[in-house]
Amino acid sequence: MDKQDILKQERNAAWRKELRDKIKNKERTGFTRVEMPEADPIERSRSYVEVNSGLSAEEAVLEARRCLDCANPTCITGCPVEINIPKFIKNIERGEFLESAKVLKETSALPAVCGRVCPQEKQCEASCFYTQKLKKPAVAIGYLERFAADYERESGNVSVPDVAESKNKKIACIGSGPAGLSFAGDMAKMGYDVTVFEALHQIGGVLKYGIPEFRLPNDVVDVEIENLKKMGVKFETNFIVGKTATFDDLKEEGFEAFFVGSGAGLPRFMGIPGENLVGILSSNEYLTRVNLMEANKEETDTPILKGRRVAVIGGGNTAMDSVRTALRLGAEKAMIIYRRSEEEMPARVEEIKHAKEEGVEFMNLQNPIEYIGDAKGYVRQARVQRMELGEPDASGRRRPVPVEGSEYLLDVDTVVVSVGVSPNPLIPQSVPDLKTTDWSTLVVEEDSLQTSVPLMFAGGDIVRGGATVILAMGDGRKAAKAMDEKLSGVAKSEVAADNK
Amino acid sequence: MNKVVSKEFFSENVVRLEIEAPRIAKARRAGHFVIVRVDEKGERIPLTISGSDVAKGTITLVIQRVGVTSRKLAELEAGDTISDLVGPLGQATEVKKVGTILACGGGVGVAPLLPIVEANKKAGNRVISIIAARSKDLIILEEQIREYSDEVIVMTDDGSYGAKGLITEGMEKVINREKIDEAVIIGPAIMMKFASEVTRKHEIPSIASLNTIMVDGTGMCGACRVTVDGKTKFVCVDGPEFDAHKVDFDEMLMRLGGYKDFEKDANDRYLNQQK
Repeated sequence: MDKQDILKQERNAAWRKELRDKIKNKERTGFTRVEMPEADPIERSRSYVEVNSGLSAEEAVLEARRCLDCANPTCITGCPVEINIPKFIKNIERGEFLESAKVLKETSALPAVCGRVCPQEKQCEASCFYTQKLKKPAVAIGYLERFAADYERESGNVSVPDVAESKNKKIACIGSGPAGLSFAGDMAKMGYDVTVFEALHQIGGVLKYGIPEFRLPNDVVDVEIENLKKMGVKFETNFIVGKTATFDDLKEEGFEAFFVGSGAGLPRFMGIPGENLVGILSSNEYLTRVNLMEANKEETDTPILKGRRVAVIGGGNTAMDSVRTALRLGAEKAMIIYRRSEEEMPARVEEIKHAKEEGVEFMNLQNPIEYIGDAKGYVRQARVQRMELGEPDASGRRRPVPVEGSEYLLDVDTVVVSVGVSPNPLIPQSVPDLKTTDWSTLVVEEDSLQTSVPLMFAGGDIVRGGATVILAMGDGRKAAKAMDEKLSGVAKSEVAADNK
Repeated sequence: MNKVVSKEFFSENVVRLEIEAPRIAKARRAGHFVIVRVDEKGERIPLTISGSDVAKGTITLVIQRVGVTSRKLAELEAGDTISDLVGPLGQATEVKKVGTILACGGGVGVAPLLPIVEANKKAGNRVISIIAARSKDLIILEEQIREYSDEVIVMTDDGSYGAKGLITEGMEKVINREKIDEAVIIGPAIMMKFASEVTRKHEIPSIASLNTIMVDGTGMCGACRVTVDGKTKFVCVDGPEFDAHKVDFDEMLMRLGGYKDFEKDANDRYLNQQK
């Protein structure tokens, strides 16, 4: 039976039919989309409380009623890990919240995380029947996903996915970010003995060091990690594959195959004069100091610059995370400086909205070209140039062009550079046979995500350069499937025919 | 968790810790460093490995008490553990037979210099080492340096031990006396700045090992960036060793001072708590 048949069969379950018959589609499409309850902007901008507070059970059930349980659920194709969306939503509608969480976990190792940080508006919700055909707001799939995952976690009744009989095959997963965790979860389910190696002292990668507490609480991530541990996944922190032990060392220790999900951990700078002044740092450093090292707390030893006038350069989600962190550290003025207009901003609409509500100043169509410091080397001013939009560039967005004679000086005492990341060089450096692109990302086969080295697969930002949590998770799943096929020696065609 | 196996005070403020870390002991080469986080509230700091014992599975770190983290480290006793230790990090020293090496170590910089001296000697080079400090009690690892050097010159600022004067004076003497093929310079940033001016003047290829502020130590944060030959480099992944004549030491000194106020506050707080 192929995937489609299974979906159909499940859709024909008696309880699903019953729900569909209970409320007419016309009535369902008449309900309005639920609003996510949020913490007060002024209060939250000075604390680390989670901004979105999540739906209540009543709100979730009401929203779940909007889903039409389509015969051809296009939403699923919009999801990089292909969550069975109607099935989990219909379980919410009938009040089976724990069952709903179980459905999420069939394909996603981190549902509570995805429910919070996935750009649903560009994925499942963009492919929803409401968006596509009715031109109405999509079913709030993301909010519902979060609801089900949170409900399960808070119930203390967390289900552990079934694990197949042990295959006695040791697999090494390098990096414990979203790609690695997703890979490890799927491999554990298939009965592999997976060890995840993490360079930092905490597990979770970008989910821990990058995404702030007010958007993704660390406790939420930890519960999902605990779940993987219960499935038999082993974790080794403070371990850099290629440095602490080489790939050959690990092979000698019995590891048969490798998945590299080491992330895009090398911050880019703009290369403009004065960029190495004190007070100018990468968003990675800024966020790591707060999120991983908890530098915002008095009792920890790690220092953080608590700027009064903080400029964050860039327009992505990381830039939004940084500028909102600046507010929480007490900034009087927290600014986004972005060289294009708001329309081209890569950040999620929700993040831009939240930042604005909290008082972030958006200085769009502007770009720093130089920093000026004081005698001690602390940054004091940025020389900023105004921009206008010209012809579209390679990314399809209109290219920003400097406006002659528009430069001015802006007072700043902290600058956070958030203009993207490059892949971390540690892994390519330690495996000379590993082929890389001109951008230093790893070259992989598109279908299998296998690198140029046999039995070494890769996914997430080390391949993509800088993408999202969910795309990294999708890669982890894809690599797990391909690795299993290779290790079990099953021909691809047979697997396709026998796919669950 | 890594256990402290033994501890030895070189002087009141300089301590040597031998720490259990079997994988790092085996993998490390001269020039490598580790990142240490002492306890759950601790910060992550880089420390160059000064030696290892593969059979015992231990590495040696030399720490000078200056801030909170180094104080916490110096207070550890044999049997205590540190929360986190990761490495070996950075690019290893490139060691080849070049002839005569002038190895210059200032203060605790002598600790990371030791494995480089050893490796150079073993590669068949003639090694002249100059170890310098403010005063006699700050001269460390003299015996170990002697073991792998053809000649050792000790210098103190106050003349309390060895020759009186700055390391640069000792360097000039040696350079004027015989042909030096390469210099290795490790110590406080200000010492490295002036020592590399000396070798630049005499056109002696020189390597400096930089110890900057770091958080992760794997290229992720960029706190350690320095300008080398007009380009921004990350000490953690591109270094820690660079062509000493191309490093912008003034910028490095400025960046090292970036958290001075915090460090002083944290230190005061810590000392108050200890009272």
